[in-house]
Amino acid sequence: MSLSSAQTSLLDKEPGFRHHPPVSDSASRSRRIKYMLTVLAFLLPSAIPLLMFTLGPMVAAAWISLTKWNLLLPPTFVGVDNYTKLLSDPRTGDVFLHTVYYIAGYLPLVYIGGLALALALNTALKGRSFLRGIYFLPVITSWIVVALVWRWLLNPSTGIVNTVLGFFGIVGPGWWTDPVWAMPSIILASAWKDLGFVMVILLAGLQAISPDLYDAAKVDGAGWWRRAVSVTLPLLTPSTFFVLVISLINGFQVFDQVYAMTGGGPAGASQVVVQQIYDLTFRYGRAGEASALSWMLFIVVLAVTVIQIRGQKRWVNYG
Amino acid sequence: MADAAFTLTGPGSRMSPARLTAFISLHVVVIVGALIMFFPFLWTIITSITPGAGLTNAPSLIVENPSLQAYFRLFQERPFALVILNSILLAVITTAVQLVTSSTAGYAFSRLPFRGQTAVFAVYLATMMIPLQVLIVPLFVELKTFGLLNTYLGALLPTFASAFGIFLLRQAINQVPRELDEAATIDGAGHFRIFFSIILPNIRPALATLVVFAFMGSWNSFLWPLVVLRAPELQTLPIALAGLQGQYISDWDVIMAGSVVSVIPMLALYIFAQKYVIQGVASSGIK
Repeated sequence: MSLSSAQTSLLDKEPGFRHHPPVSDSASRSRRIKYMLTVLAFLLPSAIPLLMFTLGPMVAAAWISLTKWNLLLPPTFVGVDNYTKLLSDPRTGDVFLHTVYYIAGYLPLVYIGGLALALALNTALKGRSFLRGIYFLPVITSWIVVALVWRWLLNPSTGIVNTVLGFFGIVGPGWWTDPVWAMPSIILASAWKDLGFVMVILLAGLQAISPDLYDAAKVDGAGWWRRAVSVTLPLLTPSTFFVLVISLINGFQVFDQVYAMTGGGPAGASQVVVQQIYDLTFRYGRAGEASALSWMLFIVVLAVTVIQIRGQKRWVNYG
Repeated sequence: MADAAFTLTGPGSRMSPARLTAFISLHVVVIVGALIMFFPFLWTIITSITPGAGLTNAPSLIVENPSLQAYFRLFQERPFALVILNSILLAVITTAVQLVTSSTAGYAFSRLPFRGQTAVFAVYLATMMIPLQVLIVPLFVELKTFGLLNTYLGALLPTFASAFGIFLLRQAINQVPRELDEAATIDGAGHFRIFFSIILPNIRPALATLVVFAFMGSWNSFLWPLVVLRAPELQTLPIALAGLQGQYISDWDVIMAGSVVSVIPMLALYIFAQKYVIQGVASSGIK
């Protein structure tokens, strides 16, 4: 155990090493330094990029949010002006509202769809892994391709969806060209893409449930429905919780598919928060306001996530 | 078998009519669902081989005069070969670097206890929650200061460390029995040798998962390359695809051909590593 003494001094856990007889001072010192260098050698390759390109910019964004800046001339300090301006601008409420609209449409679709699929594909089905693969295919496709393909499927005049609707005598809506239907179009495309992801998470949760529990329930005379409600759903709450946390984090950050499907239009009908951050920065040159909006978004995401983590005790069953 | 959840035994003689109905209807529903899920891909392929789709010609399930014209236009009128090479280059480098940064950090968090380790790990994980969009402005300025706008390095640097990858590999390394390291330590192996000759060979499935995710992340990433790679000759696939929309407003055959081309490499990688991908998603979901 050549490293045990160094570990004793640096570490609070690992009880086995704790009461090791002390080695001579200088030897233990050089070992400690060598151990620290080893730790650094393993940690720095990831720590440097994270500090330089994630944490550093995060702090910088906070500072930029307190300035007025067009990215060209030097920034001028304006205090919390950007925040007060954003809070009094009705468009800020609109972009958050559109984002929440997106989440409210998207989340039930992927969760209920993903759950139904996971339950179905967890049975002794023929060609099960092939089917899982088909359902997972959209997950590996880029948002841009998804957006393009759905723009084409939902093309108001020549798209297949409206063609089929027309066949049944229904005049299809204008989809992404219509302010009312733009967001539903984005929701539909997004749900199609993410369904397979949710399915896989829930499948993993289902497979972690011990078959003994089902046997016990059967012995007690519980039918299919009863077993689903009393065994499956409660024991699936950890996976459900994970899906919820991830979906909300990603949902608030929705951008690629909006950018490529509608660009936030028509007439700002699908303008979401990140699209607004992008436009403020690169279309209007208002980097200070964009950074302030970014921080507002981050705080909302953080709050939503913390509330969920706090609230999980009430309903998540880690049995 | 964990599949006992809703076990329906195979269609044998012992199956009651009610169960047989359930068995068949379940198959029908799941297969129809899969067809619906797959249809957008099918329609994309059909459209791409229907010349003049969207303008003069409505695509139909049975293509009358299939043609690869749209693909030729894609490569002749647009620098699509270059764009694909750019995407491959960036994805390969990102993946290689993430393998290094994630495995070393995973080892540090799993095997090298140090004071404040829990806090440092928490900070690492917290970076997963920071939306890229929050970082866009300062990152843009930072790379402008370094003179890295419109360079591959500028596109690559922010992708070098991934909290998800680090988490994934730390979990995997935690599952390698510590007795193996201890035996090697007795034989006089240091941490570097343990890392290379014991840990890495034992976490191959997790490394494969990371390869797929890192490659996919880079291959599909949009916002950061859009911001940093403004020169047309540096463009990556998603950006070139988004650009097709403006150039070929109703040449849907060309746009769909671009989509098909961009999905193929990812699809190949996915088929190659399918079981790892699904495992990887699953293991990131449950503790």
